[in-house]
Amino acid sequence: MKRLRLRGGRVVDPSQDLDASVDVWIEEGKIASIDADPDWVPDETVDASGLLIVPGLIDMHVHLREPGYEADETIASGTRAAVESGFTSLACMPDGDPAVDNQASAEFVTLQAHRAGFCHVWPVGAVTKGRSGQELSEMGGLVDGGAVALSDSDRPVANAEIMRRALQYAQMFDTAILSHAEVSELTRAGVMNEGFISMKLGMVGMPAAAEEIHVDRDIHLAQLTGGRVHFQSLSCAGSVASLRRAKEAGLRVTGEVNPHHLALTEEALTSFDSVYKVNPPLRTGEDVAALIEGLRDGTIDVLASGHSPRATEQKMRELDLAPFGVIGIESLLPVAVKTLIEPGHLDWSALVQCLSVNPARILGIDRGTLRPGSVADVTLLDPEERWVLDPSKFHSLSRNCPFAGWAVRGRARYVVVQGGLFRCSPRD
Amino acid sequence: MLSQLREAARGWSGRHLLGLEELPAEALEALLQTAEFFRQSNDEQRQWDFLKGKVVINLFFEDSTRTRTSFALAARKLSANVVEFSSKSSSLSKGESFTDTARNLEALGADIVVVRHKTPGTPHLLGKYLNTCVLNAGDGAHEHPTQGLLDLLTVRQVKGSCKGLNVVLVGDIAHSRVARSNIWGLQKLGAHVIVCGPKTLVPRHIERLGVEVSHDLDEVIPRCDVVNILRIQFERQRTGLFPSIREYAHLFGVDDRRLSLAKPDVLILAPGPINRGVEISSGVADGPNSRILQQVSNGLAVRMAAMYLVAGQGMEESA
Repeated sequence: MKRLRLRGGRVVDPSQDLDASVDVWIEEGKIASIDADPDWVPDETVDASGLLIVPGLIDMHVHLREPGYEADETIASGTRAAVESGFTSLACMPDGDPAVDNQASAEFVTLQAHRAGFCHVWPVGAVTKGRSGQELSEMGGLVDGGAVALSDSDRPVANAEIMRRALQYAQMFDTAILSHAEVSELTRAGVMNEGFISMKLGMVGMPAAAEEIHVDRDIHLAQLTGGRVHFQSLSCAGSVASLRRAKEAGLRVTGEVNPHHLALTEEALTSFDSVYKVNPPLRTGEDVAALIEGLRDGTIDVLASGHSPRATEQKMRELDLAPFGVIGIESLLPVAVKTLIEPGHLDWSALVQCLSVNPARILGIDRGTLRPGSVADVTLLDPEERWVLDPSKFHSLSRNCPFAGWAVRGRARYVVVQGGLFRCSPRD
Repeated sequence: MLSQLREAARGWSGRHLLGLEELPAEALEALLQTAEFFRQSNDEQRQWDFLKGKVVINLFFEDSTRTRTSFALAARKLSANVVEFSSKSSSLSKGESFTDTARNLEALGADIVVVRHKTPGTPHLLGKYLNTCVLNAGDGAHEHPTQGLLDLLTVRQVKGSCKGLNVVLVGDIAHSRVARSNIWGLQKLGAHVIVCGPKTLVPRHIERLGVEVSHDLDEVIPRCDVVNILRIQFERQRTGLFPSIREYAHLFGVDDRRLSLAKPDVLILAPGPINRGVEISSGVADGPNSRILQQVSNGLAVRMAAMYLVAGQGMEESA
């Protein structure tokens, strides 16, 4: 394996409180040294001047649609999109067909990722068999098969008793339960946030309370069991307030937000365009402000894409028939720059914390750091490069991107995955 | 007579009629005046050639008898060729997507597509995808602009003007496209709008449209000039939005007793089809304050006006 030197970049690694212009040396798939020259000559030197060098980015909430829905996305296409966009790891939700609810299916996910050869895919196993919310899955087998967390994905565990048992049982493996918080009785047939806009458009709304009630329930269950809950795709102010209180009380709870919930509001639905149909729905400006404040004060730990690919024919339907979801791997970094860095809400160190350090901690994987001796997963990005988001040039198989045409800044140039260098394709 | 029509149509610009919310005041006025022209010409049994050789497709994805018939007759009175298309007889049941269906219709040479669909915004999407004129015949709970217009026309004929009138919309506001189109249109013409119904059927935030919200019909009815009674759909009761039909009729049904609380010249409207004995009693529906049948003939005139304005202007010479 090649010995690499990443020369002349600005290393931002919040895991060791580092922000300095130093060289990074990589040998045998590990970080060999930072700053101090080792006693060997590199096989290849990457000119990183003007670039940020950060711990490999981790998108811990993606749907890769394989097995089962390969017209939307495959593990190969999703991981290609990932490395092209600066990610060295993805955590993949278990909602293929069949669901990833046993050891063999978890191993299939890692095997497919290995065959594709772009980046790591960490499987998330189902909480219940077939994600049906009835019986616990074989969590021990899932963990043996490589699962790093458990989730029933967008079918939240409705039965509080089953969620309680899952939180107890998963503690044997110190595995977090990823919770999509939604009381489905309150969101049935809903297509967008319930509020002034849904009233005006005559559309069935999904009230914020549907999320907030579920967040509160899971916080109480975390308290009851001592288990770990990580909330995915938080979208409303009330959820952030509940999470903040739970953290102050010392509970083992964490939270995640997706870029579309920061960059867009329910107003987008006045176009009737199904690309804006997501679950949880786009909310109001006040919710956006609360989510950003949650990121600033550390209440929200993670920024993830919620990447949910849908083939064009799926989305080209009437709003109530079109499926939920937007793709996000390839727009995550530049949209984060636009919504968080440019307005001054977060600096690069805080953003890398949310995109690498915290996801690694929550998933319990040995990533998210450039400390010498750790696995050499590294992202090199140009924070200044300006480009226009054009979904027709994306590597994802799907095109349901709500940011088409956005002029953005910030782009990945290289990733190093376990010591292997990948050059991102030029955009034009 | 034609100069009168051209004069009426002057404020119109636009290729579609999708809703009353986005309609400029002068376009609304053009629609109403053009509709008034056609109502008079219909009284004289006139036939026009404004849409001769043009194709109107009635694209109904939801059951309808009255509105569909009214649009079809309006098209024929303007000498268009009318094609009926309903979801039950279409390839939609074979899994074809809605947009593919619409593009096929366009390829058949449709000049006007009249669309009704249970999903809000479907006519707007058609207008975006297709190169034809689109008339919204009702999109979910969003808008039903021709119904709103015929209500406005009826109010103007009876009351002279909408300005300063108190108009109450009674019933299921939440699921009603008629309510929304009425609110936009009535407010543009200067009326004060009150919505009155069970708390579960009046949507949150509606007061932000500038309407007054009430749940007490007996309190509201004495100060109203117009009572527009929305149809109650029985399936709403099954989803727990109100306890029983009987209780609904008791609290919000307009019967002779409630009518006696109103001004003597109060105007009673109902978009139909009506449930006699539930939201309106037979005595009220057939009584002297009711203009339900006048609404139906105004509906024909309004739909002729809409078709003429989007696709028939400039064809007057051949008439």
